[in-house]
Amino acid sequence: MKNIRHILTKEFKSYFIAPIAYIVIAIFLLITGWFFFSTFFLYNQSSLRNFFNLLPIIFSFIIPAVTMRLFSEEIYVGSYEVLMTLPVTFSEVIVGKFLAAVTFVAIMLLPTLSYTVTIALLGKLDPGPVIGGYIGALFLGSLFAAIGLLASALTRNQIIAFIIGMSICFALTLIDKMLFFLPESLLGVLEYIGADFHFQNIAKGILDSRDILYFASSSFVALYATNLVMQGKK
Amino acid sequence: MIKVENLTKYYGEICAVSDIGFQINKGEILGLLGPNGAGKTTFMRILTCYLNPSAGTIQVKDFNIQDHALEIKKMMGYLPENAPLYPDMLVYDYLHYVADIRQLDKETKLQRIDQLAATCSIREVMHQPIGELSKGYKQRVGLAQAMMGDPEILVLDEPTSGLDPNQIIEIREIIKKIGKEKTIILSTHILSEAEATCDRVVIINKGKIVADSLIEDLKQSLGKEAVIGLAFRNADFAKVKNVLAQVAGVGSVVETDSGEGILAVNVSCKTQEDIRGQIYALIKEQDWQLLEFYQQSRSLENIFRELTQEN
Repeated sequence: MKNIRHILTKEFKSYFIAPIAYIVIAIFLLITGWFFFSTFFLYNQSSLRNFFNLLPIIFSFIIPAVTMRLFSEEIYVGSYEVLMTLPVTFSEVIVGKFLAAVTFVAIMLLPTLSYTVTIALLGKLDPGPVIGGYIGALFLGSLFAAIGLLASALTRNQIIAFIIGMSICFALTLIDKMLFFLPESLLGVLEYIGADFHFQNIAKGILDSRDILYFASSSFVALYATNLVMQGKK
Repeated sequence: MIKVENLTKYYGEICAVSDIGFQINKGEILGLLGPNGAGKTTFMRILTCYLNPSAGTIQVKDFNIQDHALEIKKMMGYLPENAPLYPDMLVYDYLHYVADIRQLDKETKLQRIDQLAATCSIREVMHQPIGELSKGYKQRVGLAQAMMGDPEILVLDEPTSGLDPNQIIEIREIIKKIGKEKTIILSTHILSEAEATCDRVVIINKGKIVADSLIEDLKQSLGKEAVIGLAFRNADFAKVKNVLAQVAGVGSVVETDSGEGILAVNVSCKTQEDIRGQIYALIKEQDWQLLEFYQQSRSLENIFRELTQEN
Protein backbone atom coordinates (compact mmCIF):
# COMPACT_ATOMS: atom_id res chain seq x y z
CA MET A 1 0.00 0.00 0.00
CA LYS A 2 2.81 2.40 0.93
CA ASN A 3 4.53 1.84 -2.39
CA ILE A 4 1.31 2.69 -4.24
CA ARG A 5 1.23 5.99 -2.38
CA HIS A 6 4.90 6.72 -3.17
CA ILE A 7 4.43 5.94 -6.87
CA LEU A 8 1.21 7.97 -6.99
CA THR A 9 2.91 10.98 -5.39
CA LYS A 10 5.95 10.75 -7.68
CA GLU A 11 3.85 10.41 -10.83
CA PHE A 12 1.47 13.17 -9.81
CA LYS A 13 4.35 15.55 -9.10
CA SER A 14 5.95 14.60 -12.43
CA TYR A 15 2.92 16.00 -14.26
CA PHE A 16 3.57 19.40 -12.80
CA ILE A 17 7.37 19.37 -13.23
CA ALA A 18 7.01 19.27 -17.00
CA PRO A 19 4.74 21.82 -18.76
CA ILE A 20 2.43 19.05 -20.01
CA ALA A 21 0.01 19.35 -17.07
CA TYR A 22 -0.47 23.07 -17.52
CA ILE A 23 -0.90 22.73 -21.27
CA VAL A 24 -3.42 19.87 -20.97
CA ILE A 25 -5.44 21.65 -18.28
CA ALA A 26 -5.42 24.91 -20.27
CA ILE A 27 -6.57 23.15 -23.46
CA PHE A 28 -9.26 21.25 -21.56
CA LEU A 29 -10.65 24.42 -19.95
CA LEU A 30 -10.49 26.38 -23.20
CA ILE A 31 -12.35 23.73 -25.19
CA THR A 32 -14.98 22.94 -22.56
CA GLY A 33 -15.43 26.65 -21.72
CA TRP A 34 -15.74 27.70 -25.34
CA PHE A 35 -18.16 24.97 -26.44
CA PHE A 36 -20.24 25.21 -23.30
CA PHE A 37 -20.64 28.98 -23.04
CA SER A 38 -20.92 29.58 -26.80
CA THR A 39 -24.37 27.89 -26.76
CA PHE A 40 -25.29 28.39 -23.11
CA PHE A 41 -27.12 31.69 -23.58
CA LEU A 42 -28.93 30.39 -26.69
CA TYR A 43 -30.49 27.55 -24.68
CA ASN A 44 -31.21 29.93 -21.80
CA GLN A 45 -31.32 27.07 -19.26
CA SER A 46 -29.44 26.94 -15.98
CA SER A 47 -28.06 23.45 -16.54
CA LEU A 48 -24.66 21.83 -17.15
CA ARG A 49 -26.12 19.25 -19.54
CA ASN A 50 -24.21 20.58 -22.57
CA PHE A 51 -20.96 20.50 -20.65
CA PHE A 52 -21.48 16.86 -19.64
CA ASN A 53 -22.58 15.96 -23.17
CA LEU A 54 -19.25 17.22 -24.47
CA LEU A 55 -17.13 15.63 -21.78
CA PRO A 56 -16.74 12.05 -23.18
CA ILE A 57 -15.47 13.34 -26.54
CA ILE A 58 -13.06 15.78 -24.91
CA PHE A 59 -11.86 13.16 -22.42
CA SER A 60 -11.25 10.78 -25.36
CA PHE A 61 -8.26 12.78 -26.50
CA ILE A 62 -7.31 14.67 -23.34
CA ILE A 63 -6.89 11.64 -21.04
CA PRO A 64 -4.74 9.55 -23.43
CA ALA A 65 -2.51 12.65 -23.66
CA VAL A 66 -2.27 12.63 -19.86
CA THR A 67 -1.49 8.90 -19.62
CA MET A 68 0.65 8.37 -22.73
CA ARG A 69 3.94 8.96 -20.90
CA LEU A 70 3.24 6.81 -17.84
CA PHE A 71 4.93 3.67 -19.14
CA SER A 72 6.15 4.66 -22.62
CA GLU A 73 8.54 7.28 -21.28
CA GLU A 74 9.90 4.93 -18.62
CA ILE A 75 10.48 2.20 -21.18
CA TYR A 76 12.05 4.67 -23.63
CA VAL A 77 14.36 6.31 -21.07
CA GLY A 78 15.16 2.97 -19.44
CA SER A 79 14.07 3.98 -15.94
CA TYR A 80 11.51 1.15 -16.19
CA GLU A 81 14.38 -1.29 -15.62
CA VAL A 82 15.41 0.51 -12.43
CA LEU A 83 11.80 0.74 -11.26
CA MET A 84 11.09 -2.94 -11.79
CA THR A 85 14.23 -4.00 -9.95
CA LEU A 86 13.21 -1.99 -6.88
CA PRO A 87 11.17 -3.94 -4.33
CA VAL A 88 7.78 -3.21 -5.91
CA THR A 89 5.19 -5.46 -7.52
CA PHE A 90 3.55 -4.99 -10.92
CA SER A 91 0.23 -4.28 -9.24
CA GLU A 92 1.70 -1.53 -7.06
CA VAL A 93 3.26 0.18 -10.07
CA ILE A 94 0.08 -0.08 -12.14
CA VAL A 95 -2.28 1.06 -9.40
CA GLY A 96 0.08 3.88 -8.36
CA LYS A 97 0.31 5.24 -11.89
CA PHE A 98 -3.42 4.75 -12.51
CA LEU A 99 -4.37 6.65 -9.35
CA ALA A 100 -1.96 9.45 -10.28
CA ALA A 101 -3.77 9.82 -13.63
CA VAL A 102 -7.20 9.73 -11.95
CA THR A 103 -6.09 12.35 -9.42
CA PHE A 104 -4.88 14.49 -12.31
CA VAL A 105 -8.28 14.16 -14.01
CA ALA A 106 -9.98 15.19 -10.77
CA ILE A 107 -7.69 18.23 -10.47
CA MET A 108 -8.41 19.06 -14.11
CA LEU A 109 -12.15 18.99 -13.39
CA LEU A 110 -11.86 21.23 -10.33
CA PRO A 111 -11.75 24.58 -12.20
CA THR A 112 -14.94 23.61 -14.06
CA LEU A 113 -16.77 23.92 -10.73
CA SER A 114 -16.63 27.64 -11.48
CA TYR A 115 -19.11 26.95 -14.33
CA THR A 116 -21.47 25.45 -11.74
CA VAL A 117 -21.10 28.46 -9.46
CA THR A 118 -21.64 30.89 -12.37
CA ILE A 119 -24.78 29.08 -13.53
CA ALA A 120 -26.10 28.74 -9.98
CA LEU A 121 -25.81 32.52 -9.67
CA LEU A 122 -27.61 33.07 -12.98
CA GLY A 123 -30.55 30.75 -12.37
CA LYS A 124 -31.96 27.86 -10.34
CA LEU A 125 -29.62 24.90 -10.81
CA ASP A 126 -30.81 21.33 -10.12
CA PRO A 127 -27.96 19.83 -8.00
CA GLY A 128 -28.77 16.14 -8.81
CA PRO A 129 -27.52 16.03 -12.43
CA VAL A 130 -24.55 18.23 -11.53
CA ILE A 131 -23.38 15.91 -8.73
CA GLY A 132 -24.17 12.88 -10.91
CA GLY A 133 -22.29 14.48 -13.80
CA TYR A 134 -19.14 14.99 -11.75
CA ILE A 135 -19.32 11.46 -10.27
CA GLY A 136 -19.83 10.10 -13.80
CA ALA A 137 -16.92 12.22 -15.04
CA LEU A 138 -14.67 10.62 -12.43
CA PHE A 139 -15.83 7.12 -13.44
CA LEU A 140 -15.35 7.93 -17.12
CA GLY A 141 -11.96 9.53 -16.42
CA SER A 142 -10.90 6.41 -14.50
CA LEU A 143 -11.90 4.11 -17.36
CA PHE A 144 -10.10 6.24 -19.95
CA ALA A 145 -7.05 6.51 -17.67
CA ALA A 146 -6.94 2.71 -17.38
CA ILE A 147 -7.18 2.39 -21.17
CA GLY A 148 -4.50 5.06 -21.63
CA LEU A 149 -2.25 3.22 -19.18
CA LEU A 150 -2.69 0.00 -21.12
CA ALA A 151 -1.84 1.79 -24.39
CA SER A 152 1.23 3.29 -22.74
CA ALA A 153 2.44 -0.13 -21.56
CA LEU A 154 2.16 -1.47 -25.11
CA THR A 155 4.80 0.77 -26.69
CA ARG A 156 7.87 2.86 -25.95
CA ASN A 157 6.63 5.56 -28.32
CA GLN A 158 4.41 8.12 -26.61
CA ILE A 159 2.72 9.24 -29.83
CA ILE A 160 1.73 5.67 -30.66
CA ALA A 161 0.51 5.22 -27.08
CA PHE A 162 -1.60 8.36 -27.48
CA ILE A 163 -3.08 7.21 -30.79
CA ILE A 164 -3.93 3.73 -29.46
CA GLY A 165 -5.47 5.16 -26.28
CA MET A 166 -7.41 7.83 -28.14
CA SER A 167 -8.75 5.32 -30.70
CA ILE A 168 -10.11 3.00 -27.99
CA CYS A 169 -11.60 5.88 -25.99
CA PHE A 170 -13.23 7.37 -29.10
CA ALA A 171 -14.62 3.99 -30.06
CA LEU A 172 -16.15 3.54 -26.60
CA THR A 173 -17.58 7.06 -26.73
CA LEU A 174 -19.04 6.87 -30.22
CA ILE A 175 -20.14 3.24 -30.39
CA ASP A 176 -23.69 3.93 -29.17
CA LYS A 177 -24.01 6.77 -31.71
CA MET A 178 -23.36 4.35 -34.60
CA LEU A 179 -26.05 1.89 -33.72
CA PHE A 180 -28.19 2.71 -36.77
CA PHE A 181 -25.48 1.11 -38.94
CA LEU A 182 -25.62 -2.17 -37.07
CA PRO A 183 -27.94 -5.19 -36.97
CA GLU A 184 -30.76 -4.97 -34.46
CA SER A 185 -29.64 -8.09 -32.59
CA LEU A 186 -26.38 -6.39 -31.60
CA LEU A 187 -27.91 -3.11 -30.47
CA GLY A 188 -28.34 -4.04 -26.80
CA VAL A 189 -24.85 -5.44 -26.43
CA LEU A 190 -23.12 -2.58 -28.24
CA GLU A 191 -25.10 0.04 -26.37
CA TYR A 192 -24.00 -1.60 -23.12
CA ILE A 193 -20.35 -1.55 -24.22
CA GLY A 194 -20.46 2.19 -24.95
CA ALA A 195 -18.96 4.34 -22.18
CA ASP A 196 -20.99 7.39 -23.15
CA PHE A 197 -24.26 5.53 -22.64
CA HIS A 198 -23.39 4.72 -19.01
CA PHE A 199 -21.90 8.13 -18.37
CA GLN A 200 -25.02 9.91 -19.60
CA ASN A 201 -27.13 7.71 -17.30
CA ILE A 202 -25.11 8.81 -14.27
CA ALA A 203 -25.03 12.41 -15.51
CA LYS A 204 -28.84 12.46 -15.30
CA GLY A 205 -28.37 12.16 -11.57
CA ILE A 206 -29.29 8.47 -11.37
CA LEU A 207 -26.65 6.28 -9.77
CA ASP A 208 -27.55 2.87 -11.17
CA SER A 209 -25.43 -0.09 -9.96
CA ARG A 210 -25.22 -1.40 -13.57
CA ASP A 211 -23.46 1.76 -14.69
CA ILE A 212 -21.12 1.72 -11.71
CA LEU A 213 -20.41 -1.97 -12.33
CA TYR A 214 -19.68 -1.21 -15.99
CA PHE A 215 -17.06 1.42 -15.17
CA ALA A 216 -15.54 -0.60 -12.33
CA SER A 217 -15.32 -3.83 -14.33
CA SER A 218 -14.07 -2.28 -17.58
CA SER A 219 -11.42 -0.26 -15.71
CA PHE A 220 -10.35 -3.45 -13.96
CA VAL A 221 -10.12 -5.32 -17.28
CA ALA A 222 -7.89 -2.58 -18.74
CA LEU A 223 -5.64 -2.57 -15.64
CA TYR A 224 -5.46 -6.35 -15.64
CA ALA A 225 -4.50 -6.29 -19.34
CA THR A 226 -1.76 -3.79 -18.45
CA ASN A 227 -0.51 -6.26 -15.85
CA LEU A 228 -0.42 -9.01 -18.48
CA VAL A 229 1.48 -6.77 -20.90
CA MET A 230 4.05 -6.02 -18.21
CA GLN A 231 4.37 -9.69 -17.28
CA GLY A 232 4.91 -10.39 -20.98
CA LYS A 233 7.90 -8.03 -21.00
CA LYS A 234 9.69 -10.32 -18.50
CA MET B 1 25.53 -16.58 -1.35
CA ILE B 2 24.36 -16.67 -4.98
CA LYS B 3 24.03 -19.94 -6.84
CA VAL B 4 23.35 -19.90 -10.57
CA GLU B 5 22.05 -23.23 -11.84
CA ASN B 6 21.63 -24.21 -15.50
CA LEU B 7 20.48 -20.73 -16.40
CA THR B 8 19.20 -20.28 -19.95
CA LYS B 9 17.48 -17.35 -21.59
CA TYR B 10 16.04 -17.20 -25.07
CA TYR B 11 14.81 -14.08 -26.86
CA GLY B 12 12.62 -15.73 -29.45
CA GLU B 13 15.02 -17.98 -31.35
CA ILE B 14 18.15 -16.30 -30.04
CA CYS B 15 19.87 -17.89 -27.07
CA ALA B 16 21.36 -15.07 -24.97
CA VAL B 17 22.42 -17.21 -22.00
CA SER B 18 23.03 -20.91 -22.43
CA ASP B 19 23.00 -23.27 -19.48
CA ILE B 20 25.40 -21.39 -17.25
CA GLY B 21 26.14 -22.23 -13.63
CA PHE B 22 28.47 -20.82 -10.99
CA GLN B 23 28.48 -19.54 -7.43
CA ILE B 24 29.24 -16.14 -6.01
CA ASN B 25 30.56 -15.98 -2.47
CA LYS B 26 29.70 -13.42 0.14
CA GLY B 27 31.94 -10.35 0.10
CA GLU B 28 33.35 -11.15 -3.33
CA ILE B 29 33.79 -8.60 -6.13
CA LEU B 30 32.99 -10.60 -9.22
CA GLY B 31 33.74 -9.25 -12.68
CA LEU B 32 31.55 -10.47 -15.49
CA LEU B 33 33.55 -10.14 -18.68
CA GLY B 34 32.62 -10.75 -22.24
CA PRO B 35 32.37 -9.10 -25.63
CA ASN B 36 29.26 -7.14 -26.62
CA GLY B 37 26.24 -9.43 -26.88
CA ALA B 38 27.86 -12.13 -24.75
CA GLY B 39 24.91 -12.29 -22.34
CA LYS B 40 26.26 -10.27 -19.40
CA THR B 41 23.37 -7.81 -19.21
CA THR B 42 20.81 -10.57 -19.70
CA PHE B 43 22.33 -12.48 -16.79
CA MET B 44 22.22 -9.37 -14.61
CA ARG B 45 18.62 -8.68 -15.56
CA ILE B 46 17.65 -12.20 -14.56
CA LEU B 47 19.60 -11.93 -11.31
CA THR B 48 17.80 -8.69 -10.42
CA CYS B 49 14.41 -10.26 -11.26
CA TYR B 50 13.80 -7.93 -14.20
CA LEU B 51 13.63 -10.87 -16.61
CA ASN B 52 12.48 -14.44 -16.16
CA PRO B 53 14.83 -17.19 -17.25
CA SER B 54 13.71 -19.63 -19.96
CA ALA B 55 15.20 -22.45 -17.88
CA GLY B 56 17.26 -22.90 -14.74
CA THR B 57 17.26 -20.72 -11.68
CA ILE B 58 19.27 -18.44 -9.43
CA GLN B 59 19.26 -19.01 -5.70
CA VAL B 60 20.09 -15.97 -3.56
CA LYS B 61 20.58 -17.11 0.03
CA ASP B 62 17.43 -19.16 0.68
CA PHE B 63 15.37 -17.52 -2.03
CA ASN B 64 14.99 -18.29 -5.69
CA ILE B 65 14.23 -15.69 -8.33
CA GLN B 66 11.01 -17.30 -9.55
CA ASP B 67 9.19 -17.52 -6.22
CA HIS B 68 10.76 -14.83 -4.04
CA ALA B 69 11.44 -11.92 -6.38
CA LEU B 70 10.43 -9.29 -3.82
CA GLU B 71 12.72 -10.67 -1.09
CA ILE B 72 15.62 -10.79 -3.54
CA LYS B 73 14.96 -7.27 -4.80
CA LYS B 74 15.07 -6.04 -1.19
CA MET B 75 18.60 -7.35 -0.68
CA MET B 76 19.88 -6.17 -4.04
CA GLY B 77 20.85 -2.82 -5.53
CA TYR B 78 21.10 -2.52 -9.30
CA LEU B 79 22.68 0.01 -11.58
CA PRO B 80 21.79 -0.71 -15.22
CA GLU B 81 24.09 0.34 -18.04
CA ASN B 82 24.09 4.13 -18.67
CA ALA B 83 22.18 4.74 -15.41
CA PRO B 84 18.71 5.36 -16.87
CA LEU B 85 17.02 7.70 -14.40
CA TYR B 86 14.15 10.21 -14.48
CA PRO B 87 15.55 13.26 -16.31
CA ASP B 88 12.97 15.73 -14.93
CA MET B 89 13.47 14.86 -11.27
CA LEU B 90 15.91 16.61 -8.94
CA VAL B 91 18.64 14.34 -7.60
CA TYR B 92 17.43 14.91 -4.04
CA ASP B 93 13.80 14.11 -4.90
CA TYR B 94 14.84 11.02 -6.79
CA LEU B 95 16.89 9.65 -3.90
CA HIS B 96 13.95 10.41 -1.58
CA TYR B 97 11.66 8.47 -3.88
CA VAL B 98 13.98 5.45 -3.97
CA ALA B 99 14.35 5.60 -0.18
CA ASP B 100 10.55 5.67 0.17
CA ILE B 101 10.15 2.67 -2.11
CA ARG B 102 12.80 0.87 -0.06
CA GLN B 103 10.68 1.63 3.01
CA LEU B 104 13.32 3.57 4.94
CA ASP B 105 11.93 5.52 7.88
CA LYS B 106 12.26 9.29 7.83
CA GLU B 107 15.34 9.53 10.03
CA THR B 108 17.22 6.67 8.33
CA LYS B 109 16.25 8.09 4.95
CA LEU B 110 17.81 11.50 5.63
CA GLN B 111 20.92 9.95 7.15
CA ARG B 112 21.32 7.57 4.24
CA ILE B 113 20.88 10.29 1.60
CA ASP B 114 23.45 12.42 3.39
CA GLN B 115 25.86 9.50 3.66
CA LEU B 116 25.46 8.53 -0.01
CA ALA B 117 25.83 12.13 -1.14
CA ALA B 118 29.24 12.09 0.55
CA THR B 119 30.25 8.59 -0.62
CA CYS B 120 29.30 9.21 -4.23
CA SER B 121 30.38 12.89 -4.21
CA ILE B 122 27.05 14.22 -5.44
CA ARG B 123 26.39 16.81 -2.75
CA GLU B 124 26.91 19.71 -5.14
CA VAL B 125 24.31 18.44 -7.63
CA MET B 126 21.60 17.39 -5.17
CA HIS B 127 19.24 20.14 -6.29
CA GLN B 128 19.80 19.85 -10.03
CA PRO B 129 17.53 17.98 -12.45
CA ILE B 130 19.04 14.60 -13.35
CA GLY B 131 18.67 15.37 -17.07
CA GLU B 132 21.09 18.29 -16.74
CA LEU B 133 23.87 16.25 -15.12
CA SER B 134 27.02 15.07 -16.84
CA LYS B 135 27.33 11.37 -17.54
CA GLY B 136 29.71 10.92 -14.63
CA TYR B 137 27.32 12.51 -12.17
CA LYS B 138 24.39 10.51 -13.56
CA GLN B 139 26.39 7.36 -13.00
CA ARG B 140 27.10 8.40 -9.42
CA VAL B 141 23.44 9.17 -8.78
CA GLY B 142 22.64 5.73 -10.19
CA LEU B 143 25.17 4.22 -7.85
CA ALA B 144 23.67 6.11 -4.90
CA GLN B 145 20.26 4.81 -5.94
CA ALA B 146 21.59 1.26 -6.04
CA MET B 147 23.09 1.59 -2.57
CA MET B 148 20.10 3.32 -0.98
CA GLY B 149 18.67 0.30 0.81
CA ASP B 150 22.13 -0.69 2.07
CA PRO B 151 21.81 -3.88 0.01
CA GLU B 152 23.94 -6.95 0.64
CA ILE B 153 24.46 -7.41 -3.08
CA LEU B 154 25.27 -4.73 -5.64
CA VAL B 155 24.84 -5.46 -9.32
CA LEU B 156 26.53 -2.92 -11.59
CA ASP B 157 26.24 -3.16 -15.36
CA GLU B 158 29.21 -1.45 -16.99
CA PRO B 159 29.47 1.16 -14.26
CA THR B 160 32.26 3.11 -15.96
CA SER B 161 31.12 2.94 -19.57
CA GLY B 162 31.38 6.27 -21.35
CA LEU B 163 33.18 8.03 -18.52
CA ASP B 164 36.39 10.01 -18.84
CA PRO B 165 39.57 8.58 -17.25
CA ASN B 166 39.23 10.72 -14.10
CA GLN B 167 35.62 9.70 -13.63
CA ILE B 168 36.54 6.05 -14.21
CA ILE B 169 39.13 6.20 -11.44
CA GLU B 170 36.65 7.90 -9.10
CA ILE B 171 33.92 5.31 -9.73
CA ARG B 172 36.45 2.48 -9.30
CA GLU B 173 37.51 3.92 -5.96
CA ILE B 174 33.88 4.04 -4.84
CA ILE B 175 33.34 0.42 -5.93
CA LYS B 176 36.46 -0.72 -4.11
CA LYS B 177 35.36 1.15 -1.00
CA ILE B 178 31.93 -0.45 -0.95
CA GLY B 179 33.36 -3.80 -2.01
CA LYS B 180 34.95 -4.16 1.43
CA GLU B 181 31.52 -4.78 2.92
CA LYS B 182 29.28 -5.93 0.06
CA THR B 183 29.08 -8.61 -2.56
CA ILE B 184 29.49 -6.86 -5.91
CA ILE B 185 28.85 -8.22 -9.36
CA LEU B 186 29.98 -5.89 -12.10
CA SER B 187 30.03 -6.37 -15.81
CA THR B 188 32.54 -4.71 -18.04
CA HIS B 189 34.45 -5.12 -21.24
CA ILE B 190 37.19 -2.85 -20.00
CA LEU B 191 39.59 -5.53 -18.86
CA SER B 192 41.90 -3.28 -16.92
CA GLU B 193 38.88 -2.38 -14.83
CA ALA B 194 38.28 -6.00 -13.91
CA GLU B 195 41.97 -6.38 -13.09
CA ALA B 196 41.87 -3.27 -10.94
CA THR B 197 38.66 -3.90 -9.03
CA CYS B 198 37.66 -7.58 -9.03
CA ASP B 199 38.69 -10.56 -6.96
CA ARG B 200 37.38 -13.02 -9.46
CA VAL B 201 36.25 -12.99 -13.08
CA VAL B 202 33.74 -15.00 -15.04
CA ILE B 203 34.24 -14.65 -18.78
CA ILE B 204 31.13 -15.20 -20.87
CA ASN B 205 31.11 -15.62 -24.60
CA LYS B 206 28.03 -16.31 -26.73
CA GLY B 207 26.01 -17.02 -23.60
CA LYS B 208 28.43 -19.59 -22.21
CA ILE B 209 31.04 -19.42 -19.48
CA VAL B 210 34.52 -19.82 -20.95
CA ALA B 211 36.51 -19.05 -17.81
CA ASP B 212 35.73 -18.72 -14.12
CA SER B 213 38.71 -18.00 -11.94
CA LEU B 214 40.48 -15.67 -9.57
CA ILE B 215 42.32 -13.10 -11.67
CA GLU B 216 45.75 -14.24 -10.54
CA ASP B 217 44.95 -17.92 -11.11
CA LEU B 218 43.62 -17.15 -14.54
CA LYS B 219 46.80 -15.35 -15.49
CA GLN B 220 48.91 -18.21 -14.19
CA SER B 221 46.94 -21.02 -15.74
CA LEU B 222 46.66 -19.42 -19.12
CA GLY B 223 49.73 -17.31 -19.01
CA LYS B 224 52.52 -19.87 -18.67
CA GLU B 225 53.82 -18.98 -22.09
CA ALA B 226 55.79 -15.77 -21.95
CA VAL B 227 56.01 -13.57 -25.04
CA ILE B 228 59.24 -11.85 -26.00
CA GLY B 229 59.07 -8.82 -28.25
CA LEU B 230 61.98 -8.10 -30.60
CA ALA B 231 62.65 -5.39 -33.17
CA PHE B 232 65.53 -5.37 -35.68
CA ARG B 233 66.91 -3.27 -38.46
CA ASN B 234 68.43 -4.97 -41.53
CA ALA B 235 66.81 -8.32 -40.73
CA ASP B 236 64.73 -10.67 -42.81
CA PHE B 237 61.72 -12.33 -41.18
CA ALA B 238 62.38 -15.81 -42.64
CA LYS B 239 65.95 -15.74 -41.41
CA VAL B 240 64.95 -14.46 -37.97
CA LYS B 241 62.42 -17.24 -37.71
CA ASN B 242 65.02 -19.88 -38.62
CA VAL B 243 67.60 -18.54 -36.20
CA LEU B 244 65.20 -18.31 -33.28
CA ALA B 245 63.83 -21.80 -33.98
CA GLN B 246 67.23 -23.15 -32.92
CA VAL B 247 66.48 -22.21 -29.31
CA ALA B 248 64.71 -24.98 -27.43
CA GLY B 249 61.52 -23.61 -25.91
CA VAL B 250 60.70 -21.13 -28.66
CA GLY B 251 57.16 -21.61 -29.89
CA SER B 252 55.77 -19.44 -32.59
CA VAL B 253 57.48 -16.43 -34.10
CA VAL B 254 55.01 -13.88 -35.43
CA GLU B 255 55.74 -10.72 -37.38
CA THR B 256 53.84 -7.95 -35.63
CA ASP B 257 54.68 -4.52 -36.95
CA SER B 258 57.25 -3.87 -39.63
CA GLY B 259 58.11 -1.02 -41.93
CA GLU B 260 60.87 1.36 -42.98
CA GLY B 261 63.53 -1.32 -42.66
CA ILE B 262 62.39 -2.36 -39.19
CA LEU B 263 61.16 -5.85 -38.43
CA ALA B 264 59.16 -6.43 -35.22
CA VAL B 265 58.37 -9.96 -34.04
CA ASN B 266 56.71 -11.62 -31.06
CA VAL B 267 58.29 -14.84 -29.89
CA SER B 268 56.13 -17.07 -27.72
CA CYS B 269 57.95 -19.33 -25.27
CA LYS B 270 56.71 -22.85 -24.65
CA THR B 271 58.76 -23.23 -21.52
CA GLN B 272 58.73 -21.53 -18.14
CA GLU B 273 62.54 -21.32 -18.24
CA ASP B 274 64.10 -17.98 -19.03
CA ILE B 275 65.43 -18.35 -22.59
CA ARG B 276 66.26 -14.71 -23.15
CA GLY B 277 70.01 -15.35 -22.75
CA GLN B 278 70.03 -18.01 -25.46
CA ILE B 279 68.06 -15.82 -27.81
CA TYR B 280 70.40 -12.91 -27.25
CA ALA B 281 73.46 -15.10 -27.87
CA LEU B 282 72.11 -16.16 -31.26
CA ILE B 283 71.12 -12.64 -32.25
CA LYS B 284 74.61 -11.38 -31.37
CA GLU B 285 76.09 -13.73 -33.98
CA GLN B 286 73.97 -12.18 -36.73
CA ASP B 287 74.48 -9.02 -38.69
CA TRP B 288 71.28 -7.42 -37.38
CA GLN B 289 70.80 -4.23 -35.43
CA LEU B 290 68.79 -5.09 -32.34
CA LEU B 291 66.46 -2.17 -31.57
CA GLU B 292 64.13 -3.68 -28.96
CA PHE B 293 64.22 -6.72 -26.69
CA TYR B 294 61.57 -7.06 -23.97
CA GLN B 295 59.46 -9.69 -22.26
CA GLN B 296 55.76 -8.95 -22.32
CA SER B 297 53.72 -9.66 -19.22
CA ARG B 298 50.53 -11.34 -20.31
CA SER B 299 47.58 -9.19 -19.45
CA LEU B 300 44.00 -10.23 -18.93
CA GLU B 301 43.43 -8.68 -22.33
CA ASN B 302 45.47 -11.41 -24.06
CA ILE B 303 43.64 -14.11 -22.17
CA PHE B 304 40.27 -12.52 -22.91
CA ARG B 305 41.03 -12.37 -26.61
CA GLU B 306 42.18 -15.97 -26.71
CA LEU B 307 39.10 -17.19 -24.88
CA THR B 308 36.52 -15.18 -26.71
CA GLN B 309 38.04 -15.69 -30.15
CA GLU B 310 38.55 -19.42 -29.74
CA ASN B 311 34.97 -19.88 -28.70
